[in-house]
Amino acid sequence: MLNTIPTDWLYGLGGGLLIGLGGAVFLLGNGRVMGASGILGGLVDGSGKSNMAERLAFLAGVFLMPVLLYPMFSDVDTHATTNIAVLIAAGLCVGVGTRLANGCTSGHGVCGFSRLSLRGIVATVFYIMAGGLTVVLFRHLLGVI
Amino acid sequence: MTRMFLALIAGGLFGAGLFISGMTDTSKVQGWLDVFGNWDPTLAFVIGGAIIPMAIAWLLTNGRKPVVGGEFPSPPEPKLGRNLVMGSILFGIGWGLAGLCPGPSVASLSYGGWPHWVFFAAMLAGMALAPLARAQLDSAVPAE
Repeated sequence: MLNTIPTDWLYGLGGGLLIGLGGAVFLLGNGRVMGASGILGGLVDGSGKSNMAERLAFLAGVFLMPVLLYPMFSDVDTHATTNIAVLIAAGLCVGVGTRLANGCTSGHGVCGFSRLSLRGIVATVFYIMAGGLTVVLFRHLLGVI
Repeated sequence: MTRMFLALIAGGLFGAGLFISGMTDTSKVQGWLDVFGNWDPTLAFVIGGAIIPMAIAWLLTNGRKPVVGGEFPSPPEPKLGRNLVMGSILFGIGWGLAGLCPGPSVASLSYGGWPHWVFFAAMLAGMALAPLARAQLDSAVPAE
């Protein structure tokens, strides 16, 4: 049975459960919605000054766990583009966009969708459609990525 | 102190999940968005897996208080504004271009190499510029 399911899907499901568990701890423990863009953005624009330490502790966990896990896995490659213009444009779009929309894949996608928030569902539909069209345009038509 | 500890644990679980699920691999994210190419369904398993504990957590908030005290966040107003739609479209464009979103961007900094730092720096710059962009939008066309 397990042989017929691609390993990537099982790792995806297992990793996804851990992501949801992280969100559950943050919600039930601290009473906060786990949104990566909100936690980061609040530090950048100063709107999160009142709970800066909590934000930094969360981000430290996100950064450090892969440091510990990395040596246990072989062939870890992120396949990121080395095109600096693409990286900068993409980063700017993600930064401005997630703050304007008040959420990203974790806040709107995981946390919003799971409480059936209309805003979360609408945001998720729009960023997936925009992402899909971007890949079609820049990969298949322009050949940039 | 409990608050910091729980935040670290939550972040650690989130980071471990992003790493193990393959969501810091930009080719898997772009592969999921690439419906006209060699479509990769992994991301659907990740989101599906993440929604299960999270939905249970939302159910458990009923009639309870957070461990550290205070109140649970009230449901957002089901209001769909221009900022939500335009912001999400802009985010989707960046997500598709690089295959990275904020969580995986932080999780991959230690092993992804310089491209991840360039993306991360640009993303922080974008976040710093966002209040300005929001003000510009609001003065051009009022949100309401």
